[in-house]
Amino acid sequence: MTHASMAAPAPKTEPNPTPVTPVRNSGRYLYAATVILLCAWVLVPLYFLLVNTLSSPEQVSTFPKSFIPEFDLGSLQFFAGFQGILNALKNSIIVASMTMVMSILFGAPAGYALSRFEFRGKETFRVLILLTRAFPLPLLALPLAVLFIRTGLDDTTFGLALVHTTLALPFAVLITFSLFSGIPVELEEAAWTLGCTRFTAFTKVVLPLILPGITASAIFAFVISWNEVFAAAVLTIENRTLTAFLLQTLGEAPLHLKFAGGFILVVPALIFIFAVRKYLFSMWGIANR
Amino acid sequence: MSPRLLPYALILPVTLFLCVFFLYPFILVSQQAFGSADGWSLEHFRDVVSYWKFPISMQNTLLLAAAVVPVQLALSLLMATMVTRMQKGRDLVLYVWTIPLGISDLAAGIIWLAIFEQSGFLNSMMVGIGAIDSPMPFLSYQNPGIIFLAIALAEIWRATAIMLVILVAGIGLIPKEYYEAAEVFGASPWQRFLRVTLPLLRPSLQTALILRVVLAFEVFAVVVALGGSQFPVLMSEIYAYQFDLQNSGAAAALALIVLAISIVFTLVILRALRVPKGATI
Amino acid sequence: MRGDLQKDTNDMAEIQIKNVAKTFGAYQALHSIDLAIADQEFMVLLGASGCGKTTLLRIIAGLETASIGEVWIGGRRVDHLAPKDRGIAMVFQNYAVFPHLTVFENIGFGLRMAKMPNDEVKRRVERTASLMHIEQLLKRYSGELSGGQRQRVAVARALAMEPDVILMDEPLSNLDALLRLEMRAELKGVLAESKTTAIYVTHDQVEAMSLADRISVMHQGRIIQAASPIEVYRNPAAQFVAGFLGNPPMNFLRAEKAGDGKWNVAGETVDGPRGAEAPLQFAIRPEDMQIADQGLPAQVRLVEPLGAHLLVTCDVDGTMLRAVLDSDLSLKAGDHIKLAPQPDRVRWFDPETTKAVA
Repeated sequence: MTHASMAAPAPKTEPNPTPVTPVRNSGRYLYAATVILLCAWVLVPLYFLLVNTLSSPEQVSTFPKSFIPEFDLGSLQFFAGFQGILNALKNSIIVASMTMVMSILFGAPAGYALSRFEFRGKETFRVLILLTRAFPLPLLALPLAVLFIRTGLDDTTFGLALVHTTLALPFAVLITFSLFSGIPVELEEAAWTLGCTRFTAFTKVVLPLILPGITASAIFAFVISWNEVFAAAVLTIENRTLTAFLLQTLGEAPLHLKFAGGFILVVPALIFIFAVRKYLFSMWGIANR
Repeated sequence: MSPRLLPYALILPVTLFLCVFFLYPFILVSQQAFGSADGWSLEHFRDVVSYWKFPISMQNTLLLAAAVVPVQLALSLLMATMVTRMQKGRDLVLYVWTIPLGISDLAAGIIWLAIFEQSGFLNSMMVGIGAIDSPMPFLSYQNPGIIFLAIALAEIWRATAIMLVILVAGIGLIPKEYYEAAEVFGASPWQRFLRVTLPLLRPSLQTALILRVVLAFEVFAVVVALGGSQFPVLMSEIYAYQFDLQNSGAAAALALIVLAISIVFTLVILRALRVPKGATI
Repeated sequence: MRGDLQKDTNDMAEIQIKNVAKTFGAYQALHSIDLAIADQEFMVLLGASGCGKTTLLRIIAGLETASIGEVWIGGRRVDHLAPKDRGIAMVFQNYAVFPHLTVFENIGFGLRMAKMPNDEVKRRVERTASLMHIEQLLKRYSGELSGGQRQRVAVARALAMEPDVILMDEPLSNLDALLRLEMRAELKGVLAESKTTAIYVTHDQVEAMSLADRISVMHQGRIIQAASPIEVYRNPAAQFVAGFLGNPPMNFLRAEKAGDGKWNVAGETVDGPRGAEAPLQFAIRPEDMQIADQGLPAQVRLVEPLGAHLLVTCDVDGTMLRAVLDSDLSLKAGDHIKLAPQPDRVRWFDPETTKAVA
């Protein structure tokens, strides 16, 4: 580019550096303003939550509200000291971790099969996986509640993790499918001709290349479980997750507890989305085909 | 293992898992819904439908979906097209716009509660600028319209990101040459959007809409956080049947109704946005 | 693990393909292929895309299984073996250089898989790297390499295995024209030196002609002719081969029998086969014709000066015919000329069977 433009003689009809026409200029301002407005639309409510969280419990309920946080940890301390909440937090982490592991463990092989093999029933399988998304999956918690009581899985983190895995699995399959499809088959074939078995070719070539993507989809599964409310509320009583716990206390809990809880719910989400941002779009690229 | 069987072995875990935790519960929920003391009956459905809260919760759910989804579609399309022509700061803007993707509906409800509650930021602001004299109880039963608005805003705020992600990914798959070709043939930016982007984006629009519409019928925690019992929706009714009324048959019947609505809308979207064979990118 | 990795040059690595066929669903990609490739021979599979040449190569490599038939390498039946057990190495069209490994580890990948000791790996990697002139790149990753450099890594990686057979799938097709020319010459030298049997797939006839000991011309899943480059060019066994090779390819004109061994081509009487009765196709390469007083009457339609010569398209009795003529001639469209074919270069084909007729 620069080569060509430098070598070429300066065009004689070079227009004088006229100022950008007002129409174009105003269009650019409008564009920039819209972008900033939309960013504010996302960020300002989050900021309000932050202000409330970093205010003392008294300040949260006073009126009018200060728009600047006073950096008081009172609300968070109250949250940490609230009966059962740390346990709920622990349960949330356990359930989400189990969901993460199970959905990748079950989902990734299927994603690999979809990306690498032509087999009878492949299209049907793919469509069925897609269609599970058209089901209001949390509803399945209702019959499972009965089933779990029979099998002793009721009110356990593992039982809830199973339901959350059902939620996360279709995503895990489609996302890993898209990730594996991004790795040329030729790389694997080259490994086979260089002395690898199917398995060693996978561990030596595919796995190192896919690991960051797998991590991203695992995080995605974690977030799905972390955020799920309905099934968690239906399936747990003593071993509530954070979402279920907060939902339960919505009616009676003081405002500052709600806000601190909401804040704790949001923080991992912010980090996770940041961690997977590179993959967010490529993951969906093929997945929605 | 023979290469013929390998793919089946690889999809076996998912298939088994979904059979046990998706198909089987689905059968169970149907049994519960249609079951009664003496064999099959529609008793639970009759109970559910004739309950006084059913029409209002159905109406609320549908109205909410009707208000939220089109706005989200327009907003996500706007954001997606803005992002694709962005040169500087694209990554940062995309990150900011996709933050709500990771935020649960419960957290979103709580966040908007901070704005709409009586001592919240909206009241502080309006009193501050002198629009009202004293804080208004926006979320009380006297203001069903504002409850609806708050819930709709929270939903739009939270769940536009998932559509945005799908659409940005979809736009990324459209080769740039098509736009250049359209431009050479004299299409204005708006025409390019209408004639190139939208038609080629159909598969992504399909996915985005299906996902969004189904999730819109599942709206639950936002509503509970902002409206409490003031604003019944289908999911909160299911929850109430299951726990407060301990009537799992009715809960199952209502769940099947939600399922049926979801499927109908999925089929409608699939049909409306179908891509002719061979017209894919 | 692999005793045969250390290639002994006395070891015969001839390849036999016996009655190999491949179907993908209802589509027949290969029809019963029989082909023998001698030890140290450089065999090129040449054909347009979709002719089955890559499928055949992949069946030999073990990346694809034949529907029926047998593959033998060095007197060993290999069609049931995994690729790693066949004593082959392969160079892929898109190079398939592992992005997560350095050039050194890429070249040494197969050696490591064979559990070769470190110093032996180092020795072999360095030797093949210097052979391919990439010794200064050993610490880089593939993302930092140009297409040509990646190509060199891919070839070095295959050579480092010291395989019995090296398989190459359009290895030069992703390079630009100049680089392709350079790599072509280098490949030929390196492979001749390594005394490895080579099978090379390409759609580029110039590449095929310049590299091959023998060319197998493939069409619609069949080998039409397998012979030395000059034989394939001079004596195409079938009309397809004649029309595929050469740029521009061979000209065909309809010939009617005009007596014993005499054939009427565009009004001219030409000596031809004695046995045949039905009309034949008279065939001549564009460069095997000259302007003369006696010859096929032709009207010039298009003159393309190509520097070294003139490419002249003319109408001979309603058929378009191309001739490569001396660039000093001054011809223009509309001129009437006579084109004399060089008698020993005329070939005949049966339009029914499309096979060559002697």
